[in-house]
Amino acid sequence: MMKTALEGVKVLDLSWSLTGLLISKYLADHGAEVVWIESRAHPDVTRTNPPYRDGKAHPDHCAFASTALTSRFSFGLNMTKPGARETSERLIQWADIFVQSLRSGVLKEWGIAYEQISQWKPELIMLSISIYGQTGPRGGVAGWGYHTQGFQGLPYFTGDRDLPGVSVPLAFSDVSTPWLAVSALMAALDYRRKTGKGQHIDFSQIEAGLHFIPGHHLLDFSLNEREYERKGNHCDYACPHAVYPCRGDDRWCAITIFSDQEWEALCHGMGDPNWTKEEKFSTLRERKAHEEELDSHIGEWTRKFPPEEVMHLLQASGVPCGVVQNCADLMDNDPQLGYRQYWRKLSRPGLGECAHPAWPVRLSQTPYKLRPTPRFGEHTEYICKEYLNMSEQEINSLKEEGVLEFGYEPS
Amino acid sequence: MESSLSEYRVLDLTDEKGYFCGKILGDLGADVIKIERPGGDLGRRIGPFYKNECHPEKNLFWLTYNTSKRGITLNIETADGKAIFSELLRRSDFVIESFPPGYLSRLGLSYEEMRRINSRLIWVSISPFGQEGPYSSFKTSDLVSMAMGGLLYITGYPERPPVRIGVPQSYLLAASHGAAGALIAHYYRGKSGVGQQVDVSIQEAVTRALFLEPLFWDIEKFVIRRDGHYIKRYKLRQRELWECKDGLVFFRIFGGPTARRNKGLVEWMKEEEGNAGVLESVNWDSLNLSGVSQEEYDNSGWEEEIGKFLKKQTGEKIKIEAMKRNIIALFPCHTCQEILKDEQLAQRNYWVDIEYPYLGAAIRYPGAFCKMDLTLCRIGPAPKIGEHNREIYIQELGMSDTEYNTLVQGGIV
Repeated sequence: MMKTALEGVKVLDLSWSLTGLLISKYLADHGAEVVWIESRAHPDVTRTNPPYRDGKAHPDHCAFASTALTSRFSFGLNMTKPGARETSERLIQWADIFVQSLRSGVLKEWGIAYEQISQWKPELIMLSISIYGQTGPRGGVAGWGYHTQGFQGLPYFTGDRDLPGVSVPLAFSDVSTPWLAVSALMAALDYRRKTGKGQHIDFSQIEAGLHFIPGHHLLDFSLNEREYERKGNHCDYACPHAVYPCRGDDRWCAITIFSDQEWEALCHGMGDPNWTKEEKFSTLRERKAHEEELDSHIGEWTRKFPPEEVMHLLQASGVPCGVVQNCADLMDNDPQLGYRQYWRKLSRPGLGECAHPAWPVRLSQTPYKLRPTPRFGEHTEYICKEYLNMSEQEINSLKEEGVLEFGYEPS
Repeated sequence: MESSLSEYRVLDLTDEKGYFCGKILGDLGADVIKIERPGGDLGRRIGPFYKNECHPEKNLFWLTYNTSKRGITLNIETADGKAIFSELLRRSDFVIESFPPGYLSRLGLSYEEMRRINSRLIWVSISPFGQEGPYSSFKTSDLVSMAMGGLLYITGYPERPPVRIGVPQSYLLAASHGAAGALIAHYYRGKSGVGQQVDVSIQEAVTRALFLEPLFWDIEKFVIRRDGHYIKRYKLRQRELWECKDGLVFFRIFGGPTARRNKGLVEWMKEEEGNAGVLESVNWDSLNLSGVSQEEYDNSGWEEEIGKFLKKQTGEKIKIEAMKRNIIALFPCHTCQEILKDEQLAQRNYWVDIEYPYLGAAIRYPGAFCKMDLTLCRIGPAPKIGEHNREIYIQELGMSDTEYNTLVQGGIV
C-alpha cells in the first residue's frame, strides 16, 4: 500500500460552511487524522442543502457533504453545553492543528481562544478563518462567502460592456483561497518540526482573495489611476479570443489566438475560407479593429459542428480551443478527467454511491486517497473510546446532558 | 519574524501559468529563484504597464505575481545552460515548471532524469490538463481552461454566450494548488527524505472550484446554467446582484435561521422611507423559503420593493448601513479605488509599499495572504531581468568574470 504524506498529523476541525472544511479535507485526503466537531444545535450547510438522495431532506442524504467532508471522523459535540468544554480541551490536547471559523468572542466564552489555549498548549498550530480577519473594525464580524465577490469587485470585471456586470454564481473566495491556507499550515508545521513552537494563523478570505481578484489591477489603479473596463471574453492582446456558438442546445466553444502562427493554424483548421485572406484580418492590429466581424465569421463556421468536433479539429492544428463544458460533460463525457479519475465513486449509507471530486494535485509518491464521507456523528463513540479513553459511564452521562451527539437513525 | 522556509531553495521556471506558485513559497520565506530566458519572460509582455510604458520591467502583471523572488536568466536549451541548471538543481529543494508536458524530456531535463542528480527534489509541474492523458498535449489559455473546467458555463447572461471572470483565474487557482501540494510533499520529505513530483492540472483546478453544480447533475440529472443576476439552486430563482445608485450590490433574501438578518434591511427602509411596503408584513423569524413556490415568490413583490430601495442608495452608504445593522447578505461591489480606501484593510496594515529604485516609485501591493504569529508571510520585491545573475553565477557558483561574460555573450544567460 502506498504511504500517505500527512500520516500522523492530527487535526481538530471546529469550522463550518466550507472554507475550513475544504482545508481540513485537503489534509485528511493526504492522510492526516481529522476529527470534525458538528452538532444538531448548529447544523452545517453540508448537511442541510439540496440535492438530497431520493429527495429526502435528511443530513445523511445530503450530497454536499461529499465535496467537503471526506476522510474524516464526525464527532457530535454540542459546544453550547457547559459540559462540552472539557471534551473540547481534551481534543485540543490531542491535536497538532486546530482549524476553526468561529467569532473570537464565542471562542473566548468557551475557553478556547488562542491566547487561552496557548497557555497550556504552546505547540498547537491554530488556524482561524474568517471573511475579514480577527482584528480591525470588522474583525470577527460574520460574512457571507458569496458576497466577498462584491468586496473584490468581481462583477465590475465580469460581463459584457453593454450590460451591467455579472457575478459567478458561487462563493468564489470559499473555493479559491483555502489552498493558500493549506500552504501556510504546512509552513507552520515545518517550523514546528524544527523548533517545537506552535503559532496562530489569522486567515482572512478577503486578504487572500485580493491576490486573485482584482490582483494586478490594484497596481494598475494605484499607479495609473485606471479602473478596469469589462470586455466580455475579449482580450487586449489576443484576437480572436471569444466563445462561439456550436451545434446543439446551448453548446459553445472557446477559441483564443495569441500569435500569427496560431491564426494561420485556425484558418487552416477552418479549411482556409476566402474571408480569412482579407487584408483586414491579416495582423493582430487589423483583427482587433474588425473583431466583431471576425467573431461573426468564426461563429458561422463553428455553428456547423458540435463543440467537441471543433475542439479536436482545431487542437490538432495547434489552436488553444476548448468546449464550454457543463457538468454533464465534465462528469460523463470528459476522457481527460476520466483518465485521471477525477470523479471518485464512493458510497455511504443514506447517500448511496455518489461522485466525489478529487484534487487537481497528484503527488507521485504519496497520492491523496479519498475515504468515505462520515454520517453525522458516526464516530462519536469511537473517538470517545479510542482517542479520549472515556469510560462507558462517562460517555453515557455526557450523552444524557446533551453534550455528546450520536448518529441519526437511518431513515 | 523567523522564516521557516528560508533554508529551502526553489527554482522557478514557470510562465504565467505558474508565477503565483513561486510567489506563495517566496512570500512564506523560501529562497525562490525565478529563471527567465535571456531577455526576460514572455509573460513580461502582458500588461498593464507602469505609466503605460511598455517595458518588460514595468509590467504590472509580472510584478504582481513574482514578488519575493530573486531573478536570473538562463537558456536551458543550450549545453552550457543545461549544465548550469543541473548544478543549481544539486543545491535546490523545489522546482516549479509549467512547460508543455514532454518539453523537458526532449531537453533531457525531465523529473525522471533530474531526480538522479537530487533525489530529494520536489518537482511541481503545472500543465493545462495534467502530465498524462488524452488531452495532455492540448494547448490552453485562461478562457479555454475556464471553459473546459466548467466555471465558464455557469457565468453570464442567459441570452448571451457564457462569459469569463475578467481577471484570469484559472492559472492562479492551479498555482495555489501547486504550492499546497509542494508543501505537503515537503512535510513528507521531512519525515522520509523522499522527494516526488507534484502534477497539477489547470483544468481540474477550475473544476474543483465548482461545488453544488456537479452534485445536481450526479443526483438529480439537472444542469445548472448561467442566469445573469439571478441564482437558482433550491427550486427558487432569486435575485443575487442588484443595481444601486452608482453601481452593483449583492443581496439575497434568506429564509431559515438566517432570515432574521433580513430584518436589518427592512428597518433601514422604514427609517429612510417611512415604510417598507409589502416587506413589513413578513414574519422574518419564521420565513421558510423551501415552502414558497416560485409563483408565490415572484408575486410577493419583495424583490421589487428591495430593488426600488437599493436603486436610490449609493454603494458607500449601503456598505456603512449593512455593517451597522449587521445585514450580512448585503454588500456593495467595490471599484479598485474603493478597495484601496477600505478601512478594515487599512486598520490591519494590509497594504505593503515596495520601493523600486529603477521606477523611481513605490508599488502598493496586496499584502500577506495571511497573518502568521511567528513565521514569515511577507511581500518582497520582484526582480529585474537577471538582477541576481552575478550573485548566483559568480558569487555562489564560483564562475570567473571571464566565464560569466562568455555566457552572456553566448546568449546563455
